[in-house]
Amino acid sequence: MKLDIILAGVGGQGILSIAAIIGTAALKNGYYLKQAEVHGMSQRGGDVQSHLRISDKPIHSDLIPMGECDMILSVEPMESLRYLPYLSPTGWLVTNSKPFVNIPNYPEMDSVIDEIKKIRNNININADDIAKELGAARSMNMVMLGAASAFMDIKVDELRTAIRDIFERKGDKVVDSNLKAFDAGLDFSNKNRA
Amino acid sequence: MKKLLLLGDEAFAQGALDAGISGAYGYPGTPSTEIIEYIQKNPLAVERNIHREWSTNEKTAVESALGMSYAGKRSIVTMKHVGLNVAADAFVNSAFTGANGGILVTVADDPSMHSSQNEQDSRFFAKFALIPALEPSNQQEAYEMAHYGLDFSEKYNLPVLVRFVTRLSHSRAGIERREVTDENTLKLPEDKAQFVLLPAISRRKYKGLLAKQDDLEKESENSPFNKYIDAKDKSMGIIACGLAYNYLMENYQDKECPYPILKISQYPLPRKMIEKISTECDTLLVLEDGAPVVEEMLKGYLACGLKIKGRLDGSLPRDGELNPNIVAKALGFKENELLNIPEVVTPRPPALCVGCPHIDSYKALNEALSTYEKGHVFSDIGCYTLGFLPPYQAINSCVDMGASITMAKGAADAGLYPSVAVIGDSTFTHSGMTGLLDCVLDKANVVIVILDNYVAAMTGGQDSSAFGRIEQICLGLGVAREHIRSVVPLPKNHEEMVKVFREELAYNGVSVIVPKRECVQTLAKKNRSGRA
Ligand SMILES: Cc1ncc(C[n+]2csc(CCOP(=O)(O)OP(=O)(O)O)c2C)c(N)n1
Ligand code: SF4
Repeated sequence: MKLDIILAGVGGQGILSIAAIIGTAALKNGYYLKQAEVHGMSQRGGDVQSHLRISDKPIHSDLIPMGECDMILSVEPMESLRYLPYLSPTGWLVTNSKPFVNIPNYPEMDSVIDEIKKIRNNININADDIAKELGAARSMNMVMLGAASAFMDIKVDELRTAIRDIFERKGDKVVDSNLKAFDAGLDFSNKNRA
Repeated sequence: MKKLLLLGDEAFAQGALDAGISGAYGYPGTPSTEIIEYIQKNPLAVERNIHREWSTNEKTAVESALGMSYAGKRSIVTMKHVGLNVAADAFVNSAFTGANGGILVTVADDPSMHSSQNEQDSRFFAKFALIPALEPSNQQEAYEMAHYGLDFSEKYNLPVLVRFVTRLSHSRAGIERREVTDENTLKLPEDKAQFVLLPAISRRKYKGLLAKQDDLEKESENSPFNKYIDAKDKSMGIIACGLAYNYLMENYQDKECPYPILKISQYPLPRKMIEKISTECDTLLVLEDGAPVVEEMLKGYLACGLKIKGRLDGSLPRDGELNPNIVAKALGFKENELLNIPEVVTPRPPALCVGCPHIDSYKALNEALSTYEKGHVFSDIGCYTLGFLPPYQAINSCVDMGASITMAKGAADAGLYPSVAVIGDSTFTHSGMTGLLDCVLDKANVVIVILDNYVAAMTGGQDSSAFGRIEQICLGLGVAREHIRSVVPLPKNHEEMVKVFREELAYNGVSVIVPKRECVQTLAKKNRSGRA
């Protein structure tokens, strides 16, 4: 088992909360894990990414080799494209379609979506809207994790358990709304997978 | 035992705590910051009341650790690579004094400059100072090296440098802990002259330091962190230092490497191992995640010996961090076909946060200076450096911490008017105070803006040594009371701020303006934890 994921987004969007859940599930199952994060200057609204590597064998590099990444999981559409050189030809691109516009020259949305659709295995989901409809606006990340979980070599129930473990101390309500968000994302992917 | 999922920085911090340190000293700097932050939150550190406050700068940090070493206790010092430039005087001289209690000078380099103003390799400093160095290649080694390094430091009575790079500092993996060691008890050096570097003593100490080098080399040859992995194909031997070893092995994930490998994580270089690989192999490939330190040593200036491939002959890029693909290419593997980054992808540079106090300061400063030509504002390092970018385009320099004040002074000395310095509160106490004294003594015609957002924000909001005492410091250094002006950087105070800036620009002498308002990020964090 080998699962290399690039998590992408904009500084402040909280991609590391997604990594924490996948990581918790992976460790519980006795897998090896390495996760390279970006700290520092880019966290002020710049582009950020995290390389998350999970394997049943010891992992050497903290960075994922280019062309071998199994999934790009992005919480922002343009950012999902920034890491394409990492994606393997059979890898999945799973991205939020809601743009985060904090630069004056953000490209035309249609051209961004066109590029996303050029990728053979892509899921393009408005996770912000789905989270809002569920009344869990802050759970956009969990919608994205749910959408991505359809293509991961980790059982969805183990991810659900990890969500419970991580949000437990914030109370049942928070756990439930995050689980609902997760399930909505998963449901979307199952209905929309090619 | 349950594994802890820790960043490389945190693994080292946990290792140092478990190895019985009594103090952690340092100044924040990406990617080293998380070492002390981890210790600040750690229950064992709290229970033992281990020193864990931030120092004013890296030099004071190294000196404090040296004092702790004098007293017989163990300590670590942490900083980013450029911090070692600031601490260099203390660091290099500490090789002469040597250590009593163990001391690890832990420096995190930032190849590819993810969050730094330059790229430099701290192994040069270790070699320069004749201090042994450790270079962990993974998180578990980072943990182990804290124990090993402190023992080593006490065995040889020498500080030890530990070199991190960004990708290890900020990457997580599972760590297994060892047993916790007691702290050392207070014990002064047996040799009363050990820490007295008078020339006559220094000459003796220098000979002693040189004499130790052979033993240090032997230690490297037997180090658990240096490994010789033999293989059949002697057409090439590979020397892989620190993290480069991982990028090498990544390319042999499911197969054996046909070439002999020498993994190096402890310096000085293990001479016998180097001799073995270079006599047995036809060529050498040297992989280093940083400068070609080892490559240059082996190659020599005339490059007349064995053929050596690396960063100097173009087998690897001359600068920047390594990764598995760069190493694959140097090994002669076929390159993967890669997808391109589509043209629509636009750069997204970092920017000042919405509501950041620096924005209001820059708006006022820009307006006050609008009647002059551009190019009069010297700045420094912190969030406010982002004021260089549009829409502010407010500053004209960023060099090293503290340089804003002294460059403004030099430019004023040259006749530039107005000459303005913009410096953050933490940067001011780090290295700005002495420059301000120069300005006062010379009666320089400068306006110094100290942006007081209460914290070191760029590195994540650590406490600032300047907090609550900037005006007192300026007064003490001799700035006239009526030319120390505090303002509150808020949009509604814009006109008032412009007026204050204009008045001080018109004054011929040293003015200090202090815009004071907390960073919105640390304020939000406080409010969140206040509610919870
Ligand atoms: C010698 C040195 N040490 C540390 C750093 C890392 N560093 C860059 S900015 C900064 C904090 C600056 O804080 P402050 O001056 O208060 O500005 P702010 O970011 O809060 O605006 C630090 C610690 C550095 N670049 N150089
Ligand atoms: S972190 Fe604080 S100081 Fe830095 S840009 Fe944001 S608000 Fe300004």
